[in-house]
Amino acid sequence: MRTQNATAYRFLTPYLLIFAIFWIWPIISSFLISFQATRTVPWRFAPTFNWGRLIGDPAFYNALKNTLLILVIQVPVMISLAIVMAVLLNSPLLKARGLYRFAFFAPVVVGEVAYSAVFRLMFSLDFGIINKLLNSVGLTKIDWFSNVTPAMALIMIAVTWRWAGYNAIIILAGLQSIPEDVYEAATLDRVSRVKQFFYITLPLLKPVIVFCAVLSIIGTMQLFTEPFLITERGGPGGGTETLGLLLYRQGFRSLNFGYASAVAYTMAGLAIAITLVQLWLTREPK
Amino acid sequence: MTSRLQRRLGRSIALHLFLTPLALIWLFPLWMMVVFSTMPDNGIFSPGIELLPHDGFIDNFNNLQRDTNFVGAILISVSVAVTYTILSVLLTSMAGWALARYEFHGKGAVVAIIFGTITLPYAVVLIPQFIMVARDFALANTWIALIVPPLFNSLGVLFMRQAFSMMPAELFDAARVEGVKEWRIFLFVALPLARPMLAALAIILFLASWNNYLWPLLINSQPGAMTAPVALGTLIGLTKVSWGGIMAGAVMLTVPMLIVFVLLQRHFIAGIAAGAVK
Repeated sequence: MRTQNATAYRFLTPYLLIFAIFWIWPIISSFLISFQATRTVPWRFAPTFNWGRLIGDPAFYNALKNTLLILVIQVPVMISLAIVMAVLLNSPLLKARGLYRFAFFAPVVVGEVAYSAVFRLMFSLDFGIINKLLNSVGLTKIDWFSNVTPAMALIMIAVTWRWAGYNAIIILAGLQSIPEDVYEAATLDRVSRVKQFFYITLPLLKPVIVFCAVLSIIGTMQLFTEPFLITERGGPGGGTETLGLLLYRQGFRSLNFGYASAVAYTMAGLAIAITLVQLWLTREPK
Repeated sequence: MTSRLQRRLGRSIALHLFLTPLALIWLFPLWMMVVFSTMPDNGIFSPGIELLPHDGFIDNFNNLQRDTNFVGAILISVSVAVTYTILSVLLTSMAGWALARYEFHGKGAVVAIIFGTITLPYAVVLIPQFIMVARDFALANTWIALIVPPLFNSLGVLFMRQAFSMMPAELFDAARVEGVKEWRIFLFVALPLARPMLAALAIILFLASWNNYLWPLLINSQPGAMTAPVALGTLIGLTKVSWGGIMAGAVMLTVPMLIVFVLLQRHFIAGIAAGAVK
């Protein structure tokens, strides 16, 4: 290929303009805003104004704790479930594969608002179908919305329902790229199915699983709609408030852009750390 | 031999015995969404267990339309999603084409910046985007505000770059020898060849726009300018509201996408699985 600056940039410029205005510049701008006191006009440079407040803010630590708690529990559960789904959907013994695929993959197309509404209704205290079903098998009903532990569990259940199939699609694609003869050789050597899974499938899937984990962690870290709509603005009493919700309240309810930017950059810092860990985990062995 | 067949049969039964309840649990919320959307409010909030659809969808839809102008919001959502998808496919395939098929100054830097920032959370740009669009450009509650800022999404660029770089160079060189202009090669040779990839990309982009919630919630909060998810979201949590109506809205947002999913499953799955191709 010879150098073709003019032609290349004619194709590239429209996208690059949008990319620069609505992605690159905001990344820089957000960083700068986090060092400004934004509740006075004009804004003034005050490096410790937001970051100092963040370090001493119990609301920040509450949101950080909730977000990390959801991350640590929900992501491993969901990824494990997605691996199980993908492996079983890939089994040659499965009949009516299309129906099972539909069941697990359908949530991928369901919008956050629609499914939040359904979950809210299904889990309501007295008339929710879940509590009715619990009651009918002799269990006591659970107050999903007034206590922190069930409310957190509900958020995790909802997110897992919505995203497990999405991850299963990616893992299934990874599974299908493993050559058949690897398993044939193992079967000839009388390696059991379970051992094949742990010693062949999982190691070969590692890059895909790590990719899914990183994608899920970054997604869950910004969790907003579910605690906003299902548990009613992070209720009960901030028990399900996440960093995403704190950013929304500070930025768009209190119009405190500086502080909200500091919260956003905390999320970015965590995301960068997680990405670096991913690169380290999937590095080529030397 | 019999024992091997028996073991195979046993494994097959175990597989279905495990997977069927899991599949039913997974379908349950969607099934209940449909059931709720056909039940009157006093039926939803009654002690009995109802697991089958009734015939109240039209009443619920009328209740929804009374609570908010949902039809208007759907029209906005459809127009925005269609426009966004067309523009985004065009912009990202042009950029992907340039990155895949030309050598130029700054190429390394462009690729590095796209890859280097792809895992940054969207939350980081939310505040500056809002300040820019709402205050500096004064475009809140317009279609431009809904369509243009989300066009920054770079996944499509990487996806199309991948698609174009897998095509053999001879295809395009032959056209060049004939003196065909570069933009014609892109439009009439490269794009038709990339049709399956364009379909996958378009579906994913349309779905993303159709379901987008946070940005439209922030930027288009005026009643007449809301998208359908935002309009529906404003009803959740109100005390005097028809839940049957909300569920009718949820069905209207979800069922068309489920139909598209069933019809175009291959492209859907290709689009999602391609997220993993880096």
